[in-house]
Amino acid sequence: MFNKHRYLWLVLGVFIVLSPLGLIASGTAFGEWGVDQLEKEAGFIPAGLAKMADLWHHAPLPGYGISGFSDSLMQSAAGYIISALVGVVLVAGIMLLFSKVVKD
Amino acid sequence: MHIPDGYLSPQTAVPFIAVMVPIWSTAIKKVKQRLRKKDVPVLSIGAAFSFTIMMFNLPMPGGSSAHAAGAVLLAILLGPWAACLGVSVALIIQALIFGDGGILAIGANCFNMAFIMPMIGYYVYKLVKGSADESSGRALLAAAIAGYIGLNAAALVTALEFGSQYHLFRAADGTPLYFMYPIKVAVGAMMAEHLILAGPVEGLITVLGLRFVASTHPELLSEQKHSKLYGNKEAANHV
Repeated sequence: MFNKHRYLWLVLGVFIVLSPLGLIASGTAFGEWGVDQLEKEAGFIPAGLAKMADLWHHAPLPGYGISGFSDSLMQSAAGYIISALVGVVLVAGIMLLFSKVVKD
Repeated sequence: MHIPDGYLSPQTAVPFIAVMVPIWSTAIKKVKQRLRKKDVPVLSIGAAFSFTIMMFNLPMPGGSSAHAAGAVLLAILLGPWAACLGVSVALIIQALIFGDGGILAIGANCFNMAFIMPMIGYYVYKLVKGSADESSGRALLAAAIAGYIGLNAAALVTALEFGSQYHLFRAADGTPLYFMYPIKVAVGAMMAEHLILAGPVEGLITVLGLRFVASTHPELLSEQKHSKLYGNKEAANHV
């Protein structure tokens, strides 16, 4: 499985290692501000938004980082690489399950 | 482009989950019928690739950021329905494990990036490529245009979704209940970023990805040619 597509897996590995490059853009994407940024961005926090914003707070690696381990760029970069690795294993792992249901 | 929870009203977010249910079930049905076991690793790598490419935030003038998504490359290689499943799984993992994109907003986010983007991208690619060879210069141009238009179509739909909230939902005191900018502002900001920077990056990734697969796994592309030669309208490994 890994050998046949080794070049594609290799590229994926390179992407994981290089993922901290995504940290260069420190700004939040338009329309993705957290509640803490909204006051500054819009001057107020919409009432309905405030109620729903915290709907899911169980993300184990919030913002592709380890909670309390993002004080330096090195820590953020490490968190980013670990997150990329975890994400790739989960996403590829789930998709590989499809080999159980498709035809030969 | 990952809409967080609270930016869309429940009256908007929930119907998008309802819309995604038949889309997901069609995608699963098509993948089960048509994808073959040997193509599953490619779909898995493609979905994981889409996951990582979305982590590469591109700095935008004005301090914002945006990213490519890789959905059109996956659609060109394995078809739009396979791409829909792969990118959906990437988006669901991003929401659950990394808090990127909302839980209630997962329907809208999958609709934008896992349905609109690969579908539009795939058919733009087919249209521009015409009957040209899969490894021809015309096919590469088609891939670039498809990536560019696919990502921008997703950005536009995203902007319309949250921008419309400003006009539709107000608190008793007149302030917006959910997304806080009018549709014009939302569309203007999203399209400026994606038309000028993120779109060209998506086009480039689609071309480079296609070239890389053509050189390392020509069988993935030649199968499409083969099935065309034998009169099968849709490519053999396309879902």
